[in-house]
Amino acid sequence: MSLRSPLGQAKGLGSAKEGLHHWWAQRVTAVALIPLTIWFAFKVAILSMGDYQTVLDCIGSPWSAALIVSLIFAAFYHAALGMQVIYEDYVGHKGARIAAIMGTNLLMFLFGAAAIIAVVRIALGG
Amino acid sequence: MAEFTLPKNSVIQEGKTYPAPEGATNLQEVHVYRWDPDTGENPRVDIYNIDLDTCGPMVLDAIIKIKDEVDPTLTFRRSCREGICGSCSMNINGSNTLACTKDISDIEGPIKIYPLPHMPVVKDLVPDLTHFYAQYASIKPWIQSTTPPPPDKERLQSKEDRAQLDGLYECILCACCSTSCPSYWWNGDRYLGPAILLQAYRWLADSRDENAGERLDELEDPFKLYRCHTIMNCTETCPKGLNPAKAIAEIKKLLVERKIA
Repeated sequence: MSLRSPLGQAKGLGSAKEGLHHWWAQRVTAVALIPLTIWFAFKVAILSMGDYQTVLDCIGSPWSAALIVSLIFAAFYHAALGMQVIYEDYVGHKGARIAAIMGTNLLMFLFGAAAIIAVVRIALGG
Repeated sequence: MAEFTLPKNSVIQEGKTYPAPEGATNLQEVHVYRWDPDTGENPRVDIYNIDLDTCGPMVLDAIIKIKDEVDPTLTFRRSCREGICGSCSMNINGSNTLACTKDISDIEGPIKIYPLPHMPVVKDLVPDLTHFYAQYASIKPWIQSTTPPPPDKERLQSKEDRAQLDGLYECILCACCSTSCPSYWWNGDRYLGPAILLQAYRWLADSRDENAGERLDELEDPFKLYRCHTIMNCTETCPKGLNPAKAIAEIKKLLVERKIA
């Protein structure tokens, strides 16, 4: 029970004065993923006909490695941003929402970091 | 918070069926959501059979006829009966619209009338729009300018600038769009919803207003603005044929223009 006025309730704690960056980054990564994914799909299709060493050489070449790292970064960043939106939409409990967002961000960071390290290791001849 | 099942005390039960008047030949079945807070009972759907030969052409005519001739306890809002006051907004056969501009002949089978979705119900077809109106007040829907108006004259606006308000000024705040929006259902406590955001853009687009920066500051918020995921229910349902989704996109574009472009 609260006797706070309807306007007071509607205004709440005011504007966070952010959200543009999140929204913009989600769209930029979405657009970036279109060519990166198509390129990667072709690359995988071609490499599926080669042997192990051919694959290593290709992934390790500077341009391929840079593009794959870009793809991994864009994909996991985009996924983290998108999952956050879903939690904000559907998880009403504030504690659960924050935990879900933080947990997802951590997972996306770990997966992304591991994938990038794997590519870098191949590129550096590890 | 997303809720996919009705709470126990909101589950709709079978209601009364009112028989057709004697001698009626052009019958129309009308199902109406009924809930009276004073009885402590669950909501129910009553079924009325009315004679279209003695009824006006619109859904509002049908419910006025029911109230006048069959059941005076039926409660609903109405005023202008010509789509300009926004009072008689309700959910008719699954879509939010104005009962006064919804043609009965456009409906096949029974007419099914419910209050606007996901709002607290005051009684029968009357939703509680207190929060909706408070959200409207929160965006300061009036001209804000430091420059005083010219003495003895109105503030002038070019024809091109005035044209920017077309498709915005026609909004009658009937709340059909906001209550059709899933984002507003789940997060309506903080998300402003399509109607209020269209109104917010109406003032951003007004050449006489000088507070665009402050208005954008107030709107840039993950919940107030960015809950819009361009689902487009708002545009689909607007009984005035407006496009709230586009107005929201314009606000997002202004924010991009201010910071990035």
